[in-house]
Amino acid sequence: MGILVENISKSYKNVAAVKDISFEVKPGELYGLIGPDGAGKTTLFRILTTLLVADKGQAKVAGYDVVQDYKNIRHSVGYMPGRFSLYQDLTIEENLNFFATIFGTSIEENYDLIKDVYEQIEPFKNRRAGKLSGGMKQKLALSCALIHKPKVLFLDEPTTGVDPVSRKEFWEMLKRLQQKDITILVSTPYMDEAALCDRIALIQEGKILEIDSPEAIVKKIPKKIYDIYASNMYGLLTALKDFEHAHSVFPFGEFVHYTDKREGFDSNELKIYLENKNLQDVSISLTEPDIEDVFMELSRK
Amino acid sequence: MKRFLGFVRKEFYHIFRDKRSLFILFGMPVAQILLFGFAITNEINNVDIAVLNQSKDVNTQEITQKIDASKYFTIKRFLTSEKEIEEAFKKGDIKAVINFEKDFSEHLIKEGQGSIQILTDATDPNTASAITNYISSIIQSYQQQQNQGVQMDYQIHPEVRMVYNPELKSVFMFVPGVMTIILMLVSAMMTSISITREKELGTMEILLVSPLSSFQVIVGKVVPYIFLSMINAAIIIFLGITVFKMPIAGNLILLGLESVLFIITSLALGILISTMVKTQQTAMMISLMGLMLPVILLSGFIFPISSMPPPLQVISNIVPAKWFITIAKGIMLKGVGLGYLLKETLILIGMTVFFIALSIKKYKIRLE
Repeated sequence: MGILVENISKSYKNVAAVKDISFEVKPGELYGLIGPDGAGKTTLFRILTTLLVADKGQAKVAGYDVVQDYKNIRHSVGYMPGRFSLYQDLTIEENLNFFATIFGTSIEENYDLIKDVYEQIEPFKNRRAGKLSGGMKQKLALSCALIHKPKVLFLDEPTTGVDPVSRKEFWEMLKRLQQKDITILVSTPYMDEAALCDRIALIQEGKILEIDSPEAIVKKIPKKIYDIYASNMYGLLTALKDFEHAHSVFPFGEFVHYTDKREGFDSNELKIYLENKNLQDVSISLTEPDIEDVFMELSRK
Repeated sequence: MKRFLGFVRKEFYHIFRDKRSLFILFGMPVAQILLFGFAITNEINNVDIAVLNQSKDVNTQEITQKIDASKYFTIKRFLTSEKEIEEAFKKGDIKAVINFEKDFSEHLIKEGQGSIQILTDATDPNTASAITNYISSIIQSYQQQQNQGVQMDYQIHPEVRMVYNPELKSVFMFVPGVMTIILMLVSAMMTSISITREKELGTMEILLVSPLSSFQVIVGKVVPYIFLSMINAAIIIFLGITVFKMPIAGNLILLGLESVLFIITSLALGILISTMVKTQQTAMMISLMGLMLPVILLSGFIFPISSMPPPLQVISNIVPAKWFITIAKGIMLKGVGLGYLLKETLILIGMTVFFIALSIKKYKIRLE
């Protein structure tokens, strides 16, 4: 009852948005589609939620074909689009009630399922949706997508534009929903969220780069990653890029993540090189690779 | 059914919470009917004119008095020479000049013929021709008075009677017309906007990924506006009867039913528009420009269809408003029953079915 995607392709006029993508989401899995803006995540979501028809390939959601059985899918999935798409002039309660009614259910009937999420916004249930904060809007949208007890839940960038605390809460809620036998496909541009999924697919320019569990994906990176710091970030970046043995260089928070072409890398040699370039407070230390490093490594090819 | 009612309830929330569209919905009919009824009128009343009397005899003075005594004209001033005529028109405070020739009575008696020149300011052609008609008929009736008792060989005496609107009140024409415009605009514009708004705000995406069928969405959008438009129609008829003393000669229930039919035609047109455009703005532009102009110009509301060039007469047949105006006038003024309006009614039904069928065909069950 999960999701099965086989060789799906979709183009808009001459631009290919999704190129020959295949993957499988197992029932009850929390599956992440990780990739930058414009990678084709939303197009893929729309194909799976029966809003678009793919040019090529087949897909099944909860056992139904996305083209032939689209009506069945529309009964049994929950969809939260990337953009906030609820009625801004309706209150929290009215929105939730509306979605419950059109799916032929009621708030009371499935209150269990949304309790965790809805309890947090219930004190404001008479406030209009247009006047809610970003975090509250997301919680309401999730409640509305869940109210009919869907088998599969599609969340397209649910945490974009949401503050870090709400983001963390949101993911905790997803983890709890997973316990209730709901298959969840979630997309995000945030690499730190990827680590919270059971499995992830890294997607870029309409193609899947890699599929695996977050832990396994991180181990696939062959290079050692070094955190490099200097007081002048820009000078550090240009100096590293000019370094003849540099394999990859990209900024990572206040550090620069660096990999070297050679097997035997001597951090002192690099430190001296950098200090000769007039950089101060240089520090180099080995670090654990994370999903962003994997992504950068894979997308170099 | 519960799903459908939930959807309709949501639509009512939208309407009652949007103060601006509520204002358009109920403010516009009242404003328009009052405007058309009071301000915009083709009637001639107390028009200021000037007289140039070059003979100053009994006949000319009697005619002048007769004109001044009528409620249609007020003699604003007397001119002394033909040179002043141009000047008087340029000042713009008079609409017509009556110019009696020299020795008018003498010519009348000796030659049996006297000349009066009527000059009108034709910058407004409709008023100008109405003015000349009124003045000529006053002069004619004076002539008839003079000829009484005089034996003539034969005489043709046309007896004119204006039926259905004997006082030629233009408001009787405007009430059915404004009702048509309002029902058309409100119904078509409001539905097309409310459907495109869902597209614009992205809520259509969620509605599509729900068990609601396209039929339920469309009908759910339409039902609230049928109610509101019926209230509108009632307001307009009520204002017509109370404020403008308009008699409703025919059956009020039949008028109500025909109005509902026309409302549904307009709603169907609104849905059709919304299936073809993506934004509220274009929906509004198309409803306003694409519907308002044909309704005003080609429906026979202001300009009689019979005096249009043949190609326009043909085009006017596809304007639904034309048929409804005929129906509304027929019921309100002539008091005819359904039997006489069968053709028009069937045409409206046909158009409605066509619009709905086309909308359902065009309504997208997906995003593109």
